[in-house]
Amino acid sequence: MSIATLEASPALSVPLDKIDVSNPDLFVNDTVGEYFARLRKEDPVHYCAESAYGPYWSITKYRDIMAVDTNHKVFSSEAGVGGIIIDDNNVRSEGLPLRSFITMDPPEHDAQRKVVSPIVAPGNLVVLEKTIRERMQNILDRLPVGEEFDWVDNVSIELTTQMLATLFDYPFEHRRKLTRWSDVTTAEPGSGIIDSWEQRSRELQECAASFMTLWNERVNAKEPGNDLISMLAHSPATRNMPPEEFLGNILLLIVGGNDTTRNSMTGSVLALNRFPEQFEKLKANHALVDSMVPEVIRWQTPLAHMRRTALEDQEVGGKTIKKGDKVIMWYLSGNRDEEEIERPEELIIDRARPRQHLSFGFGVHRCVGNRLAEMQLKILWEEILARFSHIEVLKEPERVRSNFVRGYAYMPVRLHA
Amino acid sequence: MPHIKYVEANGTEYAVDAPAGITAMEAAVKNGVPGIDGDCGGVAACATCHVYVDPAWLAKTGPAADGMEKDMLEFAEDVRETSRLACQIKLDDTLDGLVLKLPEKQH
Repeated sequence: MSIATLEASPALSVPLDKIDVSNPDLFVNDTVGEYFARLRKEDPVHYCAESAYGPYWSITKYRDIMAVDTNHKVFSSEAGVGGIIIDDNNVRSEGLPLRSFITMDPPEHDAQRKVVSPIVAPGNLVVLEKTIRERMQNILDRLPVGEEFDWVDNVSIELTTQMLATLFDYPFEHRRKLTRWSDVTTAEPGSGIIDSWEQRSRELQECAASFMTLWNERVNAKEPGNDLISMLAHSPATRNMPPEEFLGNILLLIVGGNDTTRNSMTGSVLALNRFPEQFEKLKANHALVDSMVPEVIRWQTPLAHMRRTALEDQEVGGKTIKKGDKVIMWYLSGNRDEEEIERPEELIIDRARPRQHLSFGFGVHRCVGNRLAEMQLKILWEEILARFSHIEVLKEPERVRSNFVRGYAYMPVRLHA
Repeated sequence: MPHIKYVEANGTEYAVDAPAGITAMEAAVKNGVPGIDGDCGGVAACATCHVYVDPAWLAKTGPAADGMEKDMLEFAEDVRETSRLACQIKLDDTLDGLVLKLPEKQH
């Protein structure tokens, strides 16, 4: 970056106390990284007094994020005090309160999480691998070579949605409803996905009704199926959930299994276009897929933040966070922390410890599906390398207007045989 | 310098001489013992260094500690009385000869 562009960047000229990294515009135009770089240097634990979401703290350094993420006794995820997203409306939306194990603290969190975790246990992943690979092969074999098409819709969304339909044993022909509900869950009005909170509530109630039908079909089965709905319906910890927890947990599993992997799939193609020497390295040694996958998940950071609420006063990085304060752990910033990760802006597919990144979070809320996500990306790239010499990104992708989901709406590509 | 033996679920053994002061997770990672990942870098925050302490050694290592170690073991696969997070076992000369067994797979 030249001196001239440095001087021109508003990220460097705006007064420190006016920096508000929650502004979704900064994510659409992908300039938020410049603000994070400044905060990491000048004010790593940063208080923003005024924002569209009210006052909040930004935690921007890797080690400080780790300290907050592993202190669940002080930093609560509970929906009743605000949940895990900067926007309180996400769990308090009028007429539609949502609660799930990601917005609970131990011990309640532990009991519900353990109900669904067997679906992503090592033994079940072996079973899922075959299905994923077959579907991946089908999708890739149907793609046009030499023609422009949208990678997001044709590959990333299609594949993750098929996977999700499998995990829920959801009617396969209606699987795109899952994609829609995933998008609606994390959207706020003005994002281009929904126009009002009322619309969000209405659509998510349709989701609840759809899943309630499946629940009722499966709750009385003598032999419970090996799908997420059957698991929830048959476990003592979840079978009598109140309605807001039923919908909350369904939506958690939809978003967790969909948005994140989808955007890492698109991000992996973009990253290997931005760093062509890394793609050459990968083509020369396909075994590097194993370390490339976690590196792509770091580079993409598909969820930019997680939020906590302080239950008591606590010092973090020399600042005192007060009881009741909203605390945002910016995983996207921690994953670019030069004190923890060498040359963090670069994709380097053969890093020595590629899994040392924040994208899955740490502590009791660490992503339950992290190995499934890695497996899907691994299979995707094994099958790509077996078929195509290059996936050319034709234009800058369109990004999602969100400070939570760091994702892509559209990315035109051309395949080379 | 304590001598540590790691035993995979299939019986394969790895003998490691580790300097006192580091943890059983670090000793495994530095010596390429497979199946111990240590994603969080050693702060009991990912449960990818789950091991079973040989019962003969449990009195010396002690059981899993209250707080993060126990909280994280809640979500590991096939947790037993002898389960520990290797990153919370600090090696010293009293642990010379320690035997740690690895689970089938880390999660």
